[in-house]
Amino acid sequence: MDAALNAPVLALEGIRRSFGPVEVLHGVDIALRPGRVHALIGENGAGKSTTMKIMAGYQPASAGRIRVGGQEVVFRSMAEAEALGVVMIHQEFNLAEHLTVEQNLFLGRELKRGFLLDKSAMRRRTRELLARLDRPLDPDLPVSRLSNSDKQMLEIAKALSREARVLIMDEPTAVLTLAETAVLMEQIRALRAAGTAILFTSHKLDEVKALADDLTIMRDGAVVQSGPAAALSPHDMAEAMVGREMSDLFPPRPPLDPAAPLALSVRGLDVPGHASGISFDLRKGEILGVAGLIGAGRTETFEGLCGLRPAHGEVRLFGEAVRFRAPSEALAQGVAYLTEDRKTRGLLLAKGMRENLTLQSLRKFARILVDRRAEERALDRAVREFDIRAGSRSMLVGNLSGGNQQKLLFAKTLLSEPRVLIADEPTRGVDIGAKQQIYALLRELAAQGLAVVVISSEMQELIGLADRILVMRQGRILGEVAGAEMTEEAVVRYAMGVARQVRPGEIRNEETA
Amino acid sequence: MTAPLQPSSPPPAAFAPRRRISMTVVGPILALILLAALGAWLNPNFLSAANITNVLARSAFIGIIAVGMTFVITAGGLDLSVGSMAAFIAGLMIMVMNAALPSLGVGIPIVLLGMGAALLAGLLAGLLNGLLITRLGIEAFIVTLGSMGIYRSLVTWLADGGTLSLDFQLRSFYQPIYYGGIFGVSWPIIVFGLVAVLGEIVMRSTVFGRWCAAIGSNEQVAKYSSVRVARVRLATYVMLGLLVGLAVIMYVPRLGSASASTGLLWELEAIAAVIIGGTLLKGGFGRVWGTVVGVLILSLIGNILNLTDLVSPYLNGAIQGLIIVLAVILQREGKPGA
Repeated sequence: MDAALNAPVLALEGIRRSFGPVEVLHGVDIALRPGRVHALIGENGAGKSTTMKIMAGYQPASAGRIRVGGQEVVFRSMAEAEALGVVMIHQEFNLAEHLTVEQNLFLGRELKRGFLLDKSAMRRRTRELLARLDRPLDPDLPVSRLSNSDKQMLEIAKALSREARVLIMDEPTAVLTLAETAVLMEQIRALRAAGTAILFTSHKLDEVKALADDLTIMRDGAVVQSGPAAALSPHDMAEAMVGREMSDLFPPRPPLDPAAPLALSVRGLDVPGHASGISFDLRKGEILGVAGLIGAGRTETFEGLCGLRPAHGEVRLFGEAVRFRAPSEALAQGVAYLTEDRKTRGLLLAKGMRENLTLQSLRKFARILVDRRAEERALDRAVREFDIRAGSRSMLVGNLSGGNQQKLLFAKTLLSEPRVLIADEPTRGVDIGAKQQIYALLRELAAQGLAVVVISSEMQELIGLADRILVMRQGRILGEVAGAEMTEEAVVRYAMGVARQVRPGEIRNEETA
Repeated sequence: MTAPLQPSSPPPAAFAPRRRISMTVVGPILALILLAALGAWLNPNFLSAANITNVLARSAFIGIIAVGMTFVITAGGLDLSVGSMAAFIAGLMIMVMNAALPSLGVGIPIVLLGMGAALLAGLLAGLLNGLLITRLGIEAFIVTLGSMGIYRSLVTWLADGGTLSLDFQLRSFYQPIYYGGIFGVSWPIIVFGLVAVLGEIVMRSTVFGRWCAAIGSNEQVAKYSSVRVARVRLATYVMLGLLVGLAVIMYVPRLGSASASTGLLWELEAIAAVIIGGTLLKGGFGRVWGTVVGVLILSLIGNILNLTDLVSPYLNGAIQGLIIVLAVILQREGKPGA
């Protein structure tokens, strides 16, 4: 039987949702069928999250019907949705960090024998579930020590243990590396084969193309296109999402000025436990890409460079030897680090845009007292220059969409007027429209004379944007590609450790062991 | 000490309703007005200058300390030791002044010496708390629970289980610091007022105040924004210690003595005042004016119970407790699901 003809296991019909007087969903129809993977795509703010939350019972619909297995239902809570086999996995994991893998799996539904916990039964079930996912985690390991992809697997195992018929995943690959993504895709395919209906969102359209059977594209709170995924190319998808023709995603790459001075020159930088023997040069006006798998030590290397963690080695900034013991010292010299984790390290979600914008450069706005008017003016400028779209000025930053948060983070970092910008995963969780803006911004900054480092797990991004790419693996720089050599293949070869290159002009980086 | 909080279900992007004028702003002021009205209605003496002066002067000690506590809590910390720290500093100050009496005699120099000793002791005590918390990374609750026990025990030991008394002549000379004043306003009230106004300005409009809120809101974000987290935290504890010293300077001339029961439960009253005033216990947001309102609410309750025979004054603690719980419930209403 053709799977597409199966009756939908979960269907939204004419769903509307209003917050106060504002309607944000205007009659959304989506049908999820068993044994099919359904991708939901759209720009940030298109209504994907709200749609998913209504599906999983986190929020009620203002109008419209939800059917599960043909029966009309009303979810008053996520627990009611879960009882019917509809489980949602959030982008921010819903795990108790201090509890173990096993304790998390059974949290709230512990197996009991009389008054006591039935530990042996739980242990047995845990092993079964993890074996089904082909992920033999130690059940006694605290969740805080798991990698992101293992946490994701644990969330999926939790969903499985709840007999999920419908699995809803909000950007499951946003925090995963290529290799981890591949593992996740395999798991999703296995779940599909077992008859689970899966809905996921992603900003990575090649993933959508590779994984999805069905596709729904949303724009401004309505479905603009829905149907089999095979019919559309990633480029078509992007255009449908944005609602206009997409020009080139990446800005043109101007030729590098070979006489440009060295902005940053690093020799033999060690970040204990994470990286060693890191050496590279960065010229003014250049964008240097840093590729590698998660765990390759990219973030840690540059955090060490900026004084965010202990490190030692020779660092020259515009020819001058420097040593940063604290991020404030790096900032004072004009070296700014834009974190990969905007929600827990970049922005104060419970504060307004003004407080966030000026936090890093607050001293510039104060003699004795902070000049609030100057801050407001800076916010006006930032909103204009970075195209930050917020409902109102007093909005809490946690309520901004991911793309706008990221733009605000850029505005905040650049307010310190750095000479060297290190942007770690600058487009993570950001829609394609905002991505294009961020790429253009980075190139423009470089053209204005900033030296830029871009760390990214998205190969295409580095290849499209950077002038040169360093590839890191296990805490070392294994290779460097530039010009016509910058292909996905070449980068992957170094990242996976298949190739190794001694870079020209390299003296100190050679392994002695 | 605070882990960054992940909202369990973040509000939908771009469409969150605008925040209404929240109960957290109006609540404390409303409660204060209601209490004052109730007091005036129950006893005509309540609004007399003498009574109001009395209430304010008694609030001043806790008030001065609570202003400092506001900064500590806003930056995500806590200090349980302030009550016993006050007792210890009071004992120390009395001993220093008594010891210097033969050489310096009664006069302004000896009072200045005592004040200097109190401020220095406060600074050092705050520094000790702060260093243990920021350099060794021990939880503020544990560190200050420990120092609370240490100071209380030290003052008991210094007083040999009894009372340390300031020399009688010295006491008479020093007394005007509590009982005297200018334009009929006594010194403790003036100092409390100054500390409160300065505190409000520092919290609201200086880099330091903004940094405190940022650290309490999310320490990681503050660190990645080049804020010197440990240094700012340390400064909040040092400031609190200094303010405890200042409060003691006002307190010693009142009774001229210190004993094991001096400053008992001050830490809880100060923390309660901070929370009633709308500062978040988990940090990230603080307001000094709220703390002042909180201090006044707590002392008005005691005062009203003393002036009227509606409820036994022995129930003072129970009513204060109710108010604290109520204040926290109202705060939650302002931040659903937090």
